[in-house]
Amino acid sequence: MHAPDGFLNAGTAVVTGALSAGTVGAALRQAKHYLQHRQVPLAGITAAFVFAAQMFNFPIAAGTTGHLLGGALAAILLGPHVGAVVITVVVVVQALVFADGGLTALGYNLLNMAVIPAYGGYAVFKLFRRLLPATSGGVVAATGLAGWVSVVLSSMAFSIEWLFGATAPVSFTRVFAAMVGVHLLIGTGEGVISALTVGTVLASRPDLIAGAADLDAGQIEDTRGPRAPTLLIAGVVAALFLASVVSQFAFADPDGLERVAQETGFAASGEEHLLSDSVFADYATAGIENETVSLAIAGVAGTLIVLAVGWGLLLGVKRPGRRSAV
Amino acid sequence: MGAGHAHALYVHEHSAVHRLAPEAKLAAALSFIAAVAVTPREAVWAFGLYALVLALVLAAARVPPRFLFLRLLGILPFVAFAFLIPFVATGDRVEVLGIEVSGEGLWGAWNILAKATLGAATSIGLAATTEVPKLIEGLGALKVPAVLVSIAAFMIRYLELIAEELGRMRMAMAARGYDPHWLGQVKPIAAAAGAMFVRSYERGERVHSAMLARGYSGVMPVLRPAGAGWFDWLLAMTLPLTGVVIAAVALVVT
Repeated sequence: MHAPDGFLNAGTAVVTGALSAGTVGAALRQAKHYLQHRQVPLAGITAAFVFAAQMFNFPIAAGTTGHLLGGALAAILLGPHVGAVVITVVVVVQALVFADGGLTALGYNLLNMAVIPAYGGYAVFKLFRRLLPATSGGVVAATGLAGWVSVVLSSMAFSIEWLFGATAPVSFTRVFAAMVGVHLLIGTGEGVISALTVGTVLASRPDLIAGAADLDAGQIEDTRGPRAPTLLIAGVVAALFLASVVSQFAFADPDGLERVAQETGFAASGEEHLLSDSVFADYATAGIENETVSLAIAGVAGTLIVLAVGWGLLLGVKRPGRRSAV
Repeated sequence: MGAGHAHALYVHEHSAVHRLAPEAKLAAALSFIAAVAVTPREAVWAFGLYALVLALVLAAARVPPRFLFLRLLGILPFVAFAFLIPFVATGDRVEVLGIEVSGEGLWGAWNILAKATLGAATSIGLAATTEVPKLIEGLGALKVPAVLVSIAAFMIRYLELIAEELGRMRMAMAARGYDPHWLGQVKPIAAAAGAMFVRSYERGERVHSAMLARGYSGVMPVLRPAGAGWFDWLLAMTLPLTGVVIAAVALVVT
C-alpha cells in the first residue's frame, strides 16, 4: 500500500497532505503529555517494533503471504493518538530512508496507513468493546475485528482518493471493488495477527495495553471470549459498519470519472475488459447499479468472514489449562 | 550501538553530494520530486531530461548503477499495477503489438511508471549519500516537530536490533520444523510478535531510565555545531532548480 510518486494527481497529494499534517499535528498535541513525561524512547522503540513486524511475513492461504500494517494494533496498544504518531514516523522513515512509498505521496500514504487505520481501527475497537464482554477474551476479539476493519477502511480510503485524483481512466468502481475485495481477505490476516499479539501481551503484561486499561485483574484472568450469539451480533455490526461506508459511495454521486468518460463518448468503446470475468468485476457493477443486492451480499460475506475470524480467535485464545471447556 | 557501521542503504564514498548538509539535500530531493510530479505526462522529453540530470548527480555521488537498479525493484508492485492499467482502463482504443488497449490508459501507465521511477531513484540517491542519523538531523533542521524527530531517531537506533531479534525467533521456529502455509497455523508468529512487543516496551523503559540517570531532560543534546551554509544550499538547489525550469517549460509547451 506504499503508493509511489505520481500515483495520484498533485491536487490530491496536496489536499491529503494537509489533512494528514493536520491530523498528526492534533495527535501530537493530544499525545503531548504522554510523550513529554516519559515515553519518547518508548514510542521510538515501539515504532521500531511496528516496522520490524511489517517485515515479518505471515501465511494467509496456500503459499500467499501478507504482512502486518499495524495501525489498529498500535492504536490499541498505545492509545489512538500515540499510535497514530508512531505509525506516522514509520511511514515517513520508510519513504525517506527505504524509498518505500514516494515522498510527494506521503500525504495520501499517511492518511491510508497511519491516520485511518489508527483512528478508524480504534473507533471500531471501542465500539466492539461495548458490545463484547469486559474480559481479556472480549478485548482480543474486539482487536481482531478492529484490525480487519482497519485494513478494509484503508483500502476504501485509497479507492476514494483514486476517485478524486486518478491519473488514468480506470473507473472508481473497478478500483474500489478490486482494492476492497482483496483487502477483505488480507484484513483477516491483520485481524488474526493483531488479536493474537494482543492476547500474548495480555497474558504477560496487561498493564501495557491502553485499550484494556479499564479491565481489573479478575476480568483479565477471564479469557472466556464472547459467546456465539454475541459474536454473531458483533459480526453483523461490523458488516453493517462497512456496508454503511460502502453505501455512502453507492448512493451519492458515485463516479465522476465514468460520467466524464460518458460525456466524452469513451464509455461505449470500453465494454470488454480483462477483469470483466473476475469476481470483483461482477461485484463492482452490482455494487453500484443494484445497491440493495450488493449490500446484502457484502453484508452476508462480511458476517461470515467475521464469524470465521472470531471463532478462530476463540480457539486461539483459550489457554491450555482451560482446553477442557472447548 | 552500530557506531561506525554504515547502513546497507548507504554507499560509503567521499563526494561533494555526500558532504552536503542533510537539510539542504532533503529539501532539494523533495522539491525535485515535486517538480517531476507536476510535469504533464505528455512532455516525454522532460522526463528524459530529469533522468539525465538525476543520473549526473548520482554519478557525481558515485552511486553504483547496479545498487540503484536493485533498490528500484522495490517499486515493482506498483509497476505491475501500471502495466495492468492499459487493459482495464476505459477510453480510446489503440493497437499495440496486435493487442487492443486503452490509449488513455497507456498514458496513465507511463505517467505512474516515469514519476514513480524518478521519485524512487531520487529517494534512493538521498539515502545512499546521507547516513540515516544525518537524515534525521536534517528533518529537525527543517523544523519537523522535535517529538517526531526524536521518535524517528530512537526507532532507527533500535530497528536493526529488533528486526534481528525477530529474525532469530523466526529461525528458531524454522529449526524446530515450523513451516506454516495457512492463516490458522499462525499462532506462534503472533505469539512471537506479542513477546517482542513486551520486550521492546520493557527495553524502552530501561533505556529511558538509563537516560534519565545520565541527565536526559527530554531534549537530545545537539552535537553538530553549524547548520547548512549558503554554499550547501546553493549547490544542493541546482538539482531542483533545473527540475523546476524543466517543469515550467513542459507546462508552458503542452
